[in-house]
Amino acid sequence: MADPMRIRAQASGDKATVRVLMSHEMESGQRKDANGKIVPAWFIQEVTALHNEKTVMTAEWGPAVAKNPFLQFAIKGAKAGDKVTILWKDNKGDSRKDEATVS
Amino acid sequence: MQTRRETLKHSAVVAGLLASTGLFPQFAHAAFNKNAFDAKSVQDALKAIGPATLTESKDVTITGPDIAENGAVVPLGASTTLANVKQLLILVEKNPSTLVAMFNMSDSIEPTVSTRAKMGQSSDVYAVAITADGKALFAKKEVKVTLGGCGG
Amino acid sequence: MKQLMAWVVLASGLAALPALAQKTASQGIDEYRAMLQDGNPADLFEAKGEDLWKVKRGPKNASLEKCDLGKGPGVVKGAFVELPRFFADTQKVQDLESRLLTCMTTLQGFNAEEIAKTPFGKGEQNSVTALATWISAESKDMRFNLPQNHASEKTFYEVGKRLFYQRGGPHDFSCASCHGEEGKRIRLQDLPMLTKNPGDGVGFAAWPAYRVSNGQMWGMQQRLNDCYRQQRFPYPGFGSDATIALGVYLGVNAKGAASVAPAIKR
Repeated sequence: MADPMRIRAQASGDKATVRVLMSHEMESGQRKDANGKIVPAWFIQEVTALHNEKTVMTAEWGPAVAKNPFLQFAIKGAKAGDKVTILWKDNKGDSRKDEATVS
Repeated sequence: MQTRRETLKHSAVVAGLLASTGLFPQFAHAAFNKNAFDAKSVQDALKAIGPATLTESKDVTITGPDIAENGAVVPLGASTTLANVKQLLILVEKNPSTLVAMFNMSDSIEPTVSTRAKMGQSSDVYAVAITADGKALFAKKEVKVTLGGCGG
Repeated sequence: MKQLMAWVVLASGLAALPALAQKTASQGIDEYRAMLQDGNPADLFEAKGEDLWKVKRGPKNASLEKCDLGKGPGVVKGAFVELPRFFADTQKVQDLESRLLTCMTTLQGFNAEEIAKTPFGKGEQNSVTALATWISAESKDMRFNLPQNHASEKTFYEVGKRLFYQRGGPHDFSCASCHGEEGKRIRLQDLPMLTKNPGDGVGFAAWPAYRVSNGQMWGMQQRLNDCYRQQRFPYPGFGSDATIALGVYLGVNAKGAASVAPAIKR
């Protein structure tokens, strides 16, 4: 099971800013190892964000997203106490789901 | 001041990029758009010129540093003040795969996203907003990628 | 006369340009670094480190919560900015990472020698790095105040100073070659002068740090050992007296400077 994400969600006015740090190699598939062989691409492909169980954003990522990816977005109408869930799936089928409460 | 010729050239580049991603203008909310992210050749991207509307717009903003000390991690953001935005895209022209990330918006999300990309070299980076009526609007900026040094 | 004036104006205008270009480049780099401060991947290692402190592990199936980092068993807050220091139970001056090895051995039953021999980035070295990241975070923004009361602490400072200036290796480098003068840099990397207090969040005050160039979390041990490698010396070794002595020298010089660890670096 992949390492946990760090999710911070902060309410301010009529929205909540969500900042996520994901733990992932995000191997581009462009690098070569010591023997000259291509290190296979291994990266998060899909990201889903939920606000209180409702999907509010999905994303498709390519291998060009940086290692240990950072993501920031804002949910309209989210307030303190609401639940934010982030789900990711990578091209090898591994996935991770973490939750945070809006502060 | 940007001349009309320069504006057209930028539009052509972005149109080409979007055409190569297979997204524009009839995009599908498929599970994972492999063709989009497989677009490797910048040459091929530049050749194709999309016929639909594609305009540079002051209502779209690309945020990022002018100089990145290391191409491994470049903070890039796409945002727009337009209404009815369906998708926000971030592209790096000179990357082997030009499309970095694609965000599918909903009414509950502010049309602003930030992430970090890998950049192979100095390049123009693009933010594209696709609205519900199929229009694509973009903004671009140049990000220089440099090699910092050692230690650090 | 008018033509001469024109040339003078042109010349002074051109002279001003390089200065302007230089300012923009380093300003640009500063902006880039500022953009990365929020959302430092070091957070991921910090989370792991906190976990490792509390979880029961190793042959003795115990946690590290009784580990004495210099301020008493289990006291983590403020410990980072007082290391390296002398420890009565080992009768040695120890830095954070070698002290963690002591605790991992005595409390959890791990083999310190084995971990010290393990290359950075592998096996239990990753645990030490994660723990160091969390422990440094618990002292973030606090000011360095290494003790110099014990005779060994004072000796280690002097040893560290001598090592700092000791030249050798195929390039005849010393630490001072890069860090002994103001205003030095390697390509775009500014090199802080470390023979005195370099200010808040610089040098000793900036490690452990997440290095974006390779996506790795580095503790001070890796930073010091790698500096030696860059000088074309062999690694002095993990937790070696040499690296600890240098830590004392750098840490004491940084007295009063605020720690920003865990930091983010190129």
